[in-house]
Amino acid sequence: MHGPDVSWYLALSGLMFTIGAIGVLVRRSPLIILLSVEIMLNGANLALIAFARHFGHADGQVFAIAVMAVAASEVVVGLGLIVAMGRRNIELDVDKLRTLRG
Amino acid sequence: MSNILVWAVWIFAAFACIASAVGVVTFRNPFYSALALIGNLAALAVLYLLLGGEFVAAGQVLVYGGAVMVMFLFVIAYLGDKTDEAPWAGGPSWQIVGAVLAAAAVGTEVIVAIGSTASGSLSHSAPIARSFGSPEQIGRLFLTNHLIAFEVTSIVLLVAAVGGVVLGSHARVTEDDARA
Repeated sequence: MHGPDVSWYLALSGLMFTIGAIGVLVRRSPLIILLSVEIMLNGANLALIAFARHFGHADGQVFAIAVMAVAASEVVVGLGLIVAMGRRNIELDVDKLRTLRG
Repeated sequence: MSNILVWAVWIFAAFACIASAVGVVTFRNPFYSALALIGNLAALAVLYLLLGGEFVAAGQVLVYGGAVMVMFLFVIAYLGDKTDEAPWAGGPSWQIVGAVLAAAAVGTEVIVAIGSTASGSLSHSAPIARSFGSPEQIGRLFLTNHLIAFEVTSIVLLVAAVGGVVLGSHARVTEDDARA
C-alpha cells in the first residue's frame, strides 16, 4: 500500500474513540454527549475500514455502513428525547436527571 | 512521488480529524460543536477514500454530513438558549475518571499497534482489485453474505422511526395536558 500502513489508521481511530469517550464522561449537555458518541462510532468505523483495506476484504466496509445506520437510529431516538425534555422545560443537564437514581 | 502526496493528504486529514474532534468536546456552544463534527466527518471521508472505500465515503458525506447533522443543527436551533451548558458545578472526580480511562485506552492502542508492527503482521496489506469498495461490490456483499445484517438493519431503522414518532407525539400530548 502507498502511504501510511494500517497501524497509523489504528492509532488515529483509538485517539478519536478516546476523545469521544472523554466528551461522554466529562460534558453534561445531552446534545454534546450525543455528538461525542458519534465521534466514538466514527473512530470504530475508521478501524473497520482500515482493516477492510489491510486484509483486502470489503466486509469491513459493509459492517461500517451497518454501524452508520445504527448511529442514525440512535440520533433519532436521542434527539427525540432531548426535544421532549426541552418541551417539558426540563433543564438539559444529565446530572440533574435523578428519577432513575442515576 | 505519489507516496509523498498520499502521506501529505493523510497528515492533513488526520490533523483535521483530531482538531475538529477536540473542538466538538470543548466548545461550550452546541451549535459550534455540531459544526465541528461536520468537519470531522468530512476529514474522515477523505481517509476512507485513501483506504479505497469510495462508497462508504460518499455515504458518510450524504448520510452523516447531510441528513444526521442537519437534524442535529435543527434541534439545537429549535431549543435555542436552553442548550447552553451551566458553569462547572461538580467536583473533579469525573475528570479524573475520564483521564484515567483515556490514558488506559490510548496506552492499550499504542501497545497493540507497536506489537503488531513489530511482529510484521500489519506491514503488508493484501493486494486489491480496482473495484474494491465500489457500490457494486458492497451491494453484492449486502445481498449475499450479509443478507441477515441487511434485513436486521432495516428493522432497526424502522424501530427508530417509530420511536421518534412516539417520543414526539407523547411530548405534544403532555404539553396539551399541562396547558389544560
